[in-house]
Amino acid sequence: MSSKGLDARFSTEDKEKIIAAGMDLTNDTRKGTFVQEDSDTIVSESFTKDVEILSVKEAAEKISDFQEYWGKAFDAIGKEYDEETDGGYFIRVKAGAKVEMPIQACMFIKKQGITQKVHNVIIIEPGASVYLITGCASAKAAKESAHLGLSEFYVKAGGYLNFTMIHSWDNDVVVKPMSAALVEEGASFISNYICLDPVKDIKMYPTAVLRGERARASFNSLIVSHEGTLQDIGSRVIFQASNTQAEIVSRVVSLGGKIVARGHLNACADKVKAHLECRGLILSERGNIHAIPELETGFRDVDMSHEAAIGKISKEEIEYLCSRGITEEEAQSIIIRGFMDVDILGLPEIIKNEVKKIEEKTLREGL
Amino acid sequence: MLDINRLKVDVAGKRVLDDINLKIDKGEVFVLFGPNGSGKSTLLKIIMGFYGYELVEGSIVFKGNDIVGRKVEERVKNGIGIMYQHPPSVTGVKLRQIAQRLTDDENKINEWAEKLELTEHLDRDINVGFSGGEMKRSELFQLMLQEPDLLLLDEPESGVDLENISIMGKVLNGYLSHPDKSALIITHTGYILDYVKGKKGSVLMDNRLWCVGEPKEMFDSIRRSGYEKCKGCVCPQKG
Ligand SMILES: Nc1ncnc2c1ncn2[C@@H]1O[C@H](COP(=O)(O)OP(=O)(O)OP(=O)(O)O)[C@@H](O)[C@H]1O
Ligand SMILES: [Mg+2]
Repeated sequence: MSSKGLDARFSTEDKEKIIAAGMDLTNDTRKGTFVQEDSDTIVSESFTKDVEILSVKEAAEKISDFQEYWGKAFDAIGKEYDEETDGGYFIRVKAGAKVEMPIQACMFIKKQGITQKVHNVIIIEPGASVYLITGCASAKAAKESAHLGLSEFYVKAGGYLNFTMIHSWDNDVVVKPMSAALVEEGASFISNYICLDPVKDIKMYPTAVLRGERARASFNSLIVSHEGTLQDIGSRVIFQASNTQAEIVSRVVSLGGKIVARGHLNACADKVKAHLECRGLILSERGNIHAIPELETGFRDVDMSHEAAIGKISKEEIEYLCSRGITEEEAQSIIIRGFMDVDILGLPEIIKNEVKKIEEKTLREGL
Repeated sequence: MLDINRLKVDVAGKRVLDDINLKIDKGEVFVLFGPNGSGKSTLLKIIMGFYGYELVEGSIVFKGNDIVGRKVEERVKNGIGIMYQHPPSVTGVKLRQIAQRLTDDENKINEWAEKLELTEHLDRDINVGFSGGEMKRSELFQLMLQEPDLLLLDEPESGVDLENISIMGKVLNGYLSHPDKSALIITHTGYILDYVKGKKGSVLMDNRLWCVGEPKEMFDSIRRSGYEKCKGCVCPQKG
């Protein structure tokens, strides 16, 4: 199916969830779209010759060098992966292409009690650059479902990938993504993760391997943890080449759920610059935040640092806003929205405003 | 406008105000003097209903209603506005956001921002990295948008340069020349009195108010003979 009429395909209720996960169903602001519902590919279409978008099933048949990638990023970090998947996308950006508008991919769970298992491959050829927004959402009716997503990223020399993943699940969905990125010389991999809606259980530890000099990675996340939720979320960067740099930045808010915010920077080369920052707010007595920042190296000539701070909203700040006529609940919500600062994400202007709007709406309704 | 009776206030388990009586009429400006740590800010904070300031005894009547126990924002909606001595920084919240909560009129926001030289500050996190004088101007800016009937001004001119004192003083004088607007002003330097005509003044010391008089005269006498002299003043406040 083509992307035309995509908007009309979904019910109003489903559409709301899909849009909350960052999708533009009109495609006006996108250069390509992939949509999978449960295990069916609904759309895979590129609006530019610079980008190939296929379902992995199709890619396995049509793409000659497909096997050179399939599973190789997981092999590189020594991670076993589930061979039995059902769907996923293959996206490749041609060498030197600068794709100005984002590509989008949506994984939607519609049915109750199913496990959506996908395996995605993203290849950025040398010198190419692209923004990819991946939205993962579930329908209200998709009770007790699960999403297992494998993603492999190949960012070749001088390439740039800005990957933004927005999760919009429900409080009984279990989510276990696994991702690995291989970043070559002079390439940049930016990964933004946003999860503001309830979910039952998320566990993920995406890893980037910097394999060539001047490679860069950055992982940024904004996470809200609702009552009854467990979010065990970390990011890892392995520096295999000199003169590489990375940062991991997260802002987490617990409204009653448990968040484990992990981060691991492992410098296996010299002249590495790395920073890890986690800031958390606990707003409920039942909430729990556990920040586990790790720095590791056997080299002397590295510059690695971390800072973690967890606290509550200061009473004085709330009172200050109240002294301007704002109610206590509203003041709290304004301060949380300010704390969940979209500017920490490495987002270009075109996506930033979209994400800001989504965040405003989700937090306004969800807090 | 404001009528405080037999007010006792504890802070952190310590008595800070004891038997305070204070009346401010509609259109009146009341000036409060007193040494550091004597409880001047505490008096403003208890009028606002801030957390940690415990009213042990007494009443605070505003526009005819006892406001003790009311929420801060209710008091504000009722017409009380405060200018903090030390406003907190609120990361992630822009001055413009607060301004937009105080008024729907964008022109008014821009005009006041321009007048108080805060145009660039509108899109900064509130008070984060503001200089001392900028904070005071931002406090006044917010009050001008809020348009309260009773202004509680906690050292409006401290840390402000002479040129800006003049700007702020004129703004305040203009605002307070309205017959319905009243103010309670705390000052150490007295500069603000060059712009705003206070009707009554008093000195807070040893947990209580000592005398009531013409503010400029009182300020001159404090400057000459210090605060202690006020205890022997001929016009002690009726208890
Ligand atoms: N939150 C608080 N916790 C503990 N002590 C407090 C608190 N607030 C005020 N105090 C104490 O109460 C007393 C009065 O303080 P207040 O701020 O009212 O003084 P002030 O007259 O405004 O002084 P200044 O001229 O220095 O501003 C001081 O001893 C102060 O340390
Ligand atoms: Mg004070």
